[in-house]
Amino acid sequence: MKAELLRRELVTLIFRGGTGHTGGDLSVLNLLTVLFNHTLNVDPKHPKMADRDRFVLSKGHCAEALYTVLADRGFIERAELDAYGTCGAHLGGHPDNSIAGVEINTGALGHGLSVGVGMALGAKMDGKTWKTYVVMGDGEQAEGSIYEAAMAANKYHLDNLVAFIDRNGLQISGSTEDVMPLEPIHDRWTAFGWDVKTINGDDIDSITAALDTIDWTCGKPHLFISKSTKGLGVGFMENVAKWHHGVPNAAQYEEALHDIDKRINALKL
Amino acid sequence: MKETNKIPCRKSITSTLVELGRDDRDIVVVTSDATGSATLDDFAKTLPAQFVEVGIAEQNSVGIAAGLASMGKKVFVFGPACFYVARSLEQVKVDMAYSRMPVKIIGVSGGVAYSQLGATHHSLHDIAVLRTFPGIEIYMPCDARESRKLCQYLVNHDKPAYVRVGRNAVPDVYDDDNFEFIPGKANTLREGKDITLIGCGETVAHCVEAADMLAKEGIEARVLDMHTLKPFDKEAVVKAARETSAIVTAEEHSIFGGLGASVAEVIAQECPVRMRILGVPDENVIHAKPLEVFHHYGFDYEGIYCAAKELLGSC
Repeated sequence: MKAELLRRELVTLIFRGGTGHTGGDLSVLNLLTVLFNHTLNVDPKHPKMADRDRFVLSKGHCAEALYTVLADRGFIERAELDAYGTCGAHLGGHPDNSIAGVEINTGALGHGLSVGVGMALGAKMDGKTWKTYVVMGDGEQAEGSIYEAAMAANKYHLDNLVAFIDRNGLQISGSTEDVMPLEPIHDRWTAFGWDVKTINGDDIDSITAALDTIDWTCGKPHLFISKSTKGLGVGFMENVAKWHHGVPNAAQYEEALHDIDKRINALKL
Repeated sequence: MKETNKIPCRKSITSTLVELGRDDRDIVVVTSDATGSATLDDFAKTLPAQFVEVGIAEQNSVGIAAGLASMGKKVFVFGPACFYVARSLEQVKVDMAYSRMPVKIIGVSGGVAYSQLGATHHSLHDIAVLRTFPGIEIYMPCDARESRKLCQYLVNHDKPAYVRVGRNAVPDVYDDDNFEFIPGKANTLREGKDITLIGCGETVAHCVEAADMLAKEGIEARVLDMHTLKPFDKEAVVKAARETSAIVTAEEHSIFGGLGASVAEVIAQECPVRMRILGVPDENVIHAKPLEVFHHYGFDYEGIYCAAKELLGSC
């Protein structure tokens, strides 16, 4: 239910701000909702708490989904969220670590996993038990630097590092398999020495169950291929590449809310 | 020119880090298969738990360094300057500068130090590019002693920084440790009222030599060691412009966007005087040894001497 209520908030944020990467925001929202409400040891009252878990949104263009979740948890003030899209607003189109709950600035793809490797490696050096979580996109998988990070995580046996690929199958120009084929993505990451699992990113229970059963002693970094639907929850946006960074007009916004409300009402039954 | 010291700047920095790293376990070195070229063997052997080798992967090394720095590690990344300010430029821009992560990049074998290896291995653009990234500091120490003082300062400094050093041993500019190193403040090595010679990195020694040659002819040349390219010491430049009649800059860098451009930007707005910018013109560098390159393009001591004489109308 929380994810669906946040879905409503998210679409409203993008409509009101007049900017955003709606499709990917909607596909990754479930994952971020579970991470920030169930998994991560973070405290909005103490966002720099020393032994907090670290989170990196490598697909930084989905900042609106992150802001929605962070605001719901109390990291971001409501007024800041309301100012999104206005001249001089604190919240921009990509995350900035001047925002509570954001560890590193992202937006240029292919950076987040390396930063996450550094965090996880540092935790190992200091004997700390906190974990590092990195969310990547599937279009992002064409960035070569990701595989430099994948090799390093394997070399240093970073079983305290958890990465996700939001596998919605679409990027700005169309299908990932047309733009640059990624399959067999599971085998590829397994070959890099990672502990790889596929989950249903559209299903909260699937995500939660997977995160609750991570083997933190396996000596391998963990990758979850989170199969998701771009534009999830809004019928006319689902699986349509143009909604990668499409922003709804007033009529589309109303239709989107109608679709999301149906999902909310279904959960109430 | 004076005889060279036996310690290259890169070795001075790595030796300093070995000393400091023994007592400060937060000091971490990251490298991309540059243990030998950066003279990191002692560090890797002495402090293996603080040494991270990522292979030939500059982008990854800067990203990892940023992650380590985000949790309080004092991270130094070592590798050839030519790759760190090209291949991994976006990581320097985003993960370090924009994200305000206090990573220190030590770009070794900078400028034309790799000489005959050609343009792939030269870094003559690094200062120009990095000057435009908000928040990153840029240093070019001129000898082993200054490199040591710079390293001691950077260990506990909370800003991202890029340090460019060469490969070979260089002459001592400072004969002992009794000098002050203040980041962002140029050191005046020779007082003078007729002209000012400004160098950075290895050209500082050439400026001193040129000043000595000019002195023999009764020309008093001021010499500035501009070890910090950013934040830039505008005050020293304006003072030089006001107190001397001309300025010559010499740099192992493109004539575009580096030391000379930094000086010109200041004096054009504050106190215009005649000046010459000595460096590498808009062409790929000839295949030659480093000092031969310096001489060919006229930013060695002879070129600086001639440029000074020309500006003063006595050549």
